[in-house]
Amino acid sequence: MVHPTVAVLERNLALYRRLWRASAFSTFVLPVLFLVSIGVGVGGYVGEIGGVDYLAWIVPGVMASTAFQMAIGESTYSVLGDFKWVRAYHAMRATPVEVGDMVWGWLLYILIRVEIAAVVFLGITALFGALHSPWAVLTPVVAALVALSAAAPVMAFAASIEHDSYFALLFRFVMIPSTLFAGVFFPVDQLPQLVRPLAYLSPLWHGVELSRAATLGTSPPWPVWVHAGYLLLCCAAGLAWAVAAFRKRLQD
Amino acid sequence: MVSLLLAARISPSRVGAVINRNVGALRSGPSYWLVLLSGFFEPVLYLLSIGVGVGALVGDLTLPGGRVVEYAVFVAPAMLAVSAMSGALSETTFNFFFKMKYSKTFDAVLATPVKPFEIALGELAWAMVRSSVYTGAFLVVMVALGLTGPGWALAAFPATMLVGLAFGAVGMAISTFMRGWQDFDLLTTGQFALFLFSGTFSPVQDYPAVVEVLVRLTPLYHAVELVRGLVIGELGWGLLGNAAYLLAMVAAGLTLAARRIHRTLCA
Repeated sequence: MVHPTVAVLERNLALYRRLWRASAFSTFVLPVLFLVSIGVGVGGYVGEIGGVDYLAWIVPGVMASTAFQMAIGESTYSVLGDFKWVRAYHAMRATPVEVGDMVWGWLLYILIRVEIAAVVFLGITALFGALHSPWAVLTPVVAALVALSAAAPVMAFAASIEHDSYFALLFRFVMIPSTLFAGVFFPVDQLPQLVRPLAYLSPLWHGVELSRAATLGTSPPWPVWVHAGYLLLCCAAGLAWAVAAFRKRLQD
Repeated sequence: MVSLLLAARISPSRVGAVINRNVGALRSGPSYWLVLLSGFFEPVLYLLSIGVGVGALVGDLTLPGGRVVEYAVFVAPAMLAVSAMSGALSETTFNFFFKMKYSKTFDAVLATPVKPFEIALGELAWAMVRSSVYTGAFLVVMVALGLTGPGWALAAFPATMLVGLAFGAVGMAISTFMRGWQDFDLLTTGQFALFLFSGTFSPVQDYPAVVEVLVRLTPLYHAVELVRGLVIGELGWGLLGNAAYLLAMVAAGLTLAARRIHRTLCA
């Protein structure tokens, strides 16, 4: 018999087999369109930033933010739905699957999707000539950390609410501001001093800086271990919260 | 359009009833109000991030007419047009589809004397309320940031309503063809592609000629041109062409939506 976590992963992948065509667009095409519009289009006016052209500067940011957005998007309606409408988690509870398996099964599924997107994106950006260092091969690892640290707490949130309208608020007040102000499009130093700490709080900023250091072969603003440590901390805290929230919801 | 309305014997009070139902539904949950109001922040955040943040990297930009403006002045009207589009679309796609397919709201409404075309008109009018709240507030922000003058803002407001009507009507027609939530992935992808390539972030003249022609055929381009022309005060006959394009979208979208509601729910 397979491990219960693998069984959950298998179920998620089996469901995805019906949906992958619809998501292919948003996974592979949108980030590239984004690069062309902002990186090439707006980049033509920006010129150089930090010694490289604007396209090369935002590539690592777009990659990290794609992982971030995928992770959040996948942890909202699907998770709430599996509690509320599909009641898949209640079904799993009647089997040897434990709460940790449910959480990890879903996280592994998200990781697989994020990694495929990250590797494809990396290949495409290499064709654009936007990678300046062999360290760029590490960016999928950073993407995985960003995805985990975003997905785990959002799963916990999804398990704790009754109404899906809260997701719209999550997207508008957390996901989009994070994407727009976490150093993806312009350096965080440009933000007013008062709001800068908010950007530091977002796991996305740490992921963006690590990715950027990797693709450009430079050193990040803070020591690597601080960025990575913060991301790991977010993952661990998010996981603990997710497991607790799942356990609580399944008590009914 | 008017003769079309008369021929269909549209009753304003029945259209009003459809709008009223939406107002009543608002009271069912407090979170909906928050969602409604929060929609306004999205374009403002884009304006601050791309317009002001990236704008600081870009510096000034020369418009096709030769005028030199700050990058934020160029991007802001585009974000305004986008907020009119997405405000109207969010109501006439996701919410409309839910009411049509899942909550069976329209089945219930059609059991009353309300007709399909009145549903279409009522839902579009309701979407306009939402879209106008967004664009009105956004214009206030633009005036406050000095990105446009109060007079031009007043002139642009009806244009944003036309943009909302056009996208709302077409969105509603598209929603009647949706098979399930998965199809919305295509819709949001299309919406996002329009958002990126309609002369929103860089002038369309920068694109390769083929791409430029393609962009000029798409709807958000006309919305952005119309709104930008009014907001920055660059008036020309071309704006009438942009407005005509949007009016055609309203007429075609509404007619098709009503026909589809009739076919799927009344047949």
